[in-house]
Amino acid sequence: MSAREEIFGSVRRSLGVTGKEQPRREAVNERIAKAPRGIVPERGHLSGEALLALFEEQAKATLATIDRVKDRAAVPEAIADFLRRTNLPARLRMGADERLAGMPWDKTALEISHGKSDGGDLVAVNHAFAGVAETGTLIMTSGPDNPSTLNFLPDYAIVVVDAKDVRGSYEDVWQRIRERDGKGHMPRTVNWITGPSRSGDIEQKLLLGAHGPRSVHIVLVGE
Amino acid sequence: MTAHPTSPYFKENAHEALKDEQLQMALSNVRQGFIDKRAAVAAKLPEFEALRDSARDIKNHTLANLDLYLEKWENKVQDAGGHVHWARTAEEARQAIVDICRKAGAKTVTKGKSMISEEINLNAAIEAAGMTPVETDLGEYIIQLRNEAPSHIIAPAVHLNATQVESDFRRVHTHLDPNRDLSEPVQLLTEARQVLREKFLAADVGITGANFLIAETGTSVIVTNEGNGDLTQILPKIHIVIASIEKLVPTLDDVSQILRVLARSATGQEMSVYTTFSTGPRRPGDVDGPEEYHVVVLDNGRSAMLGTSFQDMLRCIRCGACMNHCPVYHAVGGHAYGWVYPGPMGAVLSPSLIGVDKAGHLPNASTFCGRCESVCPVRIPLPKMMRHWREQEFERHLTPATVRSGLGVWAFFAKRPMLYRFASNLGMKALAWFGRDKGKFTSLPFAGGWTDYRDFPAPQGGTFQEQWKARKGAKA
Repeated sequence: MSAREEIFGSVRRSLGVTGKEQPRREAVNERIAKAPRGIVPERGHLSGEALLALFEEQAKATLATIDRVKDRAAVPEAIADFLRRTNLPARLRMGADERLAGMPWDKTALEISHGKSDGGDLVAVNHAFAGVAETGTLIMTSGPDNPSTLNFLPDYAIVVVDAKDVRGSYEDVWQRIRERDGKGHMPRTVNWITGPSRSGDIEQKLLLGAHGPRSVHIVLVGE
Repeated sequence: MTAHPTSPYFKENAHEALKDEQLQMALSNVRQGFIDKRAAVAAKLPEFEALRDSARDIKNHTLANLDLYLEKWENKVQDAGGHVHWARTAEEARQAIVDICRKAGAKTVTKGKSMISEEINLNAAIEAAGMTPVETDLGEYIIQLRNEAPSHIIAPAVHLNATQVESDFRRVHTHLDPNRDLSEPVQLLTEARQVLREKFLAADVGITGANFLIAETGTSVIVTNEGNGDLTQILPKIHIVIASIEKLVPTLDDVSQILRVLARSATGQEMSVYTTFSTGPRRPGDVDGPEEYHVVVLDNGRSAMLGTSFQDMLRCIRCGACMNHCPVYHAVGGHAYGWVYPGPMGAVLSPSLIGVDKAGHLPNASTFCGRCESVCPVRIPLPKMMRHWREQEFERHLTPATVRSGLGVWAFFAKRPMLYRFASNLGMKALAWFGRDKGKFTSLPFAGGWTDYRDFPAPQGGTFQEQWKARKGAKA
């Protein structure tokens, strides 16, 4: 008997089931099809400015920094300003995201390169799929638009997120991914990012910049 | 250590641990840090207790239908272009992983933190096959340099102090300036970051564990704070996930429920920094990510726990809250437990996985104070299950002869209430008389295990039964 058959046999023997019981199969199919929500904390039900304010507050609590700008046209200058005040060189790496590509980078002195990171980039910018106010979490989806390596290899990660994409809860974002990719389908990688990389492995002391970015800077666009 | 459990020597291990000053200093960090942070973050979320119920119910539902969810999950992984390898035993899992690495002609294999990898002693197998495994979680990296096992399931190097880490880095990182300053923990972190960055970029295969496997989408989930798990899995050509069968959850919504209690219970964060959902290999058009995605699914004794009084243990999400709150763990640390899983969860799980004959001491290492159960995010009745193991140990005649005969003597009296009261009254009066001057004993016959470490107070009044009678009389 193969390892697979034996493991399934052992699971079923222990549970006292055959795997063919209709009620069990229906219960499992229904749970996967309906994906019931469970408990969404009260603070995940906000909307409008209260929602954005919570997102900002929670993101700051994770030691991320955040700038708010009124529209996409204001993003390049806000990022150039962030780099100046953080004493970073005016160089950026980004993917092929159309929202980023449509921004007026030429109005700044930023030197922009495109594609994934091979580890040599100090600063990168990705566009988030969504933000979750509950914990100030950024939801990133992989692809040529926003390569995953840009989330992890640079020392400074800048993430642009549209205010209209900020949701109260993780469940709201899963719903949007199901609508975009089809139920049961996922992008190769979905990264939830909640603040800059850190470690407490040496004497339980909180240290930033373990392997991922030492800094996460969020640019929240719109109202 | 992982390959040869020292759990049968728990008592000797514990003695050594209590005398180890470095260890005792490091353990003070556990006693202070984790408990306050968890309490604060739990208090901040009014729905926390309800979410614990929700997490428990999801795991119970999944375990009751585990065969069906495993099938659904496997189909989804394959639909997304991934490969599933089933392993009954540690040996089969090691073999499957080594085969994938060999086929890829791998030299360097980076690894994210995985307790299953420790359970199957994977690093030794990778080394024996002529490849270099590199642990990339900071704590795991440190203990790999020291050739030690983790002493905590989420803080593997919690038994060490910064000065010990500094001397290990100086011993191993000989290519760096010997006069460099490493007096601050942040300098140690920066050095590890630099050294490991090269390994990440050179790796041919990356191996991570999985906190969850999602049936709805065929997704594996890892939760980290450092980002090492992500660099492990997105940079090499091949990503191998090693996970055990009970990691299944039905849907994305279900995993979100459990994630709300995981980090809060573990590190006292509202959410860990990186929660990563991986589904299959690189897609057409992708510019990064692995070209192959494999999941090795391990049973190793778990399917046999289903349907028994230990099924509830399979709900465990490996947050470490039980050991963070355990007075025994606080006193002796994780290594004393002698195998991969320490603390209360280890005291219940280890006998199931390596046998009660080897790990029978562990369920005895409990004061039954109940703190572990009170903080468990999936409400595992840990003390009750430790009691089950004690019963099994006794029934299988694994309990030492002195304990058995002691219990026999006690049972003789307990079955004869008149005699019991007479004898305990006599004993009490004798102790009170002998201890009347100091009010305590610094040594007592047959009680050296107690009096070697602390004084035994002399009885100050009547027996428990006498006092009970008197107080009941007073109430009525």
